[in-house]
Amino acid sequence: MIEVAGVSHRYGSRPVLVDLDLRLSEHRVGVVGANGSGKSTFARLVNGLVLPTSGRVRVDGLDTRRDGREVRRRVGFCFTDPDAQIVMPTVAEDVGFGLRRRGLPKQELRQRVDGALAAYGLAGHADHPAHLLSGGQKQLLALASVLVTQPAVLVMDEPTTLLDLRNARLISSVVAGLPQQVLLVTHHLELLDGFDRVLVFDEGRLVADDEPAAAVRHYRGLMG
Amino acid sequence: MSTLGLFQPGTSVLHRLPAGLKLLALVAAGVGSVLVERPWQVLVAAALLGAFYALARLPPRVVVAQVRPVLWIATLTFLVQLVVSGWQRAVVVVGVLGLLVLAAALVTLTTRTTDLVDAVVTGCRPLRLLRVDPERVGLVIALGIRSVPVVVGLAEQVRDAQRARGLGASPRAFAVPLVVRALRHADALGEALAARGVDD
Repeated sequence: MIEVAGVSHRYGSRPVLVDLDLRLSEHRVGVVGANGSGKSTFARLVNGLVLPTSGRVRVDGLDTRRDGREVRRRVGFCFTDPDAQIVMPTVAEDVGFGLRRRGLPKQELRQRVDGALAAYGLAGHADHPAHLLSGGQKQLLALASVLVTQPAVLVMDEPTTLLDLRNARLISSVVAGLPQQVLLVTHHLELLDGFDRVLVFDEGRLVADDEPAAAVRHYRGLMG
Repeated sequence: MSTLGLFQPGTSVLHRLPAGLKLLALVAAGVGSVLVERPWQVLVAAALLGAFYALARLPPRVVVAQVRPVLWIATLTFLVQLVVSGWQRAVVVVGVLGLLVLAAALVTLTTRTTDLVDAVVTGCRPLRLLRVDPERVGLVIALGIRSVPVVVGLAEQVRDAQRARGLGASPRAFAVPLVVRALRHADALGEALAARGVDD
């Protein structure tokens, strides 16, 4: 459960989110809006990457300001550009990065890394340099590296923006099968089919909160 | 795309040696290099290193790729030394430089980054007394290795953008966007590390 209470956020004197109150318990939540509408800042609030200027964000009762470490353990975050979030030189090492920092025994670490590589179609690339993967494979690697730590919530900030349609659909199909609560920020509106709820942001305000078809209609109306 | 200094999977003796031992040998080679004064000594060292490369069974193209980035500085150094100190000194200085680059590459090519990081973390443990976090030192090493192909990739993008706009080989037009992109990448990487709980 993600709870956002009285949240506003500013970058300097520029407000980017204004008076946000939300309770998100649905399995699949989409977020759409124009560039600069505040949706990426909203995503970053959920795992405590950004702390609100005012108000409070809680995930499963944990406050992002007070319990940042625990929140980040519960909330995995996938960025737009996979190159910027791949930390280790090879595929298997990057998947294992988060687990190593949690001090898992080597045997268990190896098993979980192998499992994640197999689950996301990267088993044949374990020792390959991560930067030589295709765009879709890199995003799968980024996803695998986050999911191997078994977060309760997955936040994805435009994970398909740099991908072609085939890879976007691949990521979408992977996300569709996840047991986690997913908060997906996207410009690819077709990815929201089957979602439980979609939020529409405009100039830092939540202007629509509905089921996908109605929310997307509202968004298209906003864009003219 | 660059494979500069990146681990090449293998089962050779060098691949199986402990990372700490290889790092110590590299440090010893670096320290010992100050004793090299004659061209024949460079040749002996080159033959020894060549034998290690043969032992590691690395493809020749990977070996060549390790020295290519330092060719221009090696050429410049050679010319300066040739004028200032004569050909023998030029061979020694550039030879030692090249061999040390190849020796360092041999370590990273035959060792998983995680093993290198573990060795560095272990080696840095006494530094806790000086409030140095060994895990952080290890992370810096890993990020350094990971950043090499990233920066090479960024440089290729900038060069392509220059060519597409018909710009000549202007160092300023190359360096400024490269630095800006590298800083942006560093910023995004920092955010990704924070998201993965590295700062906690």
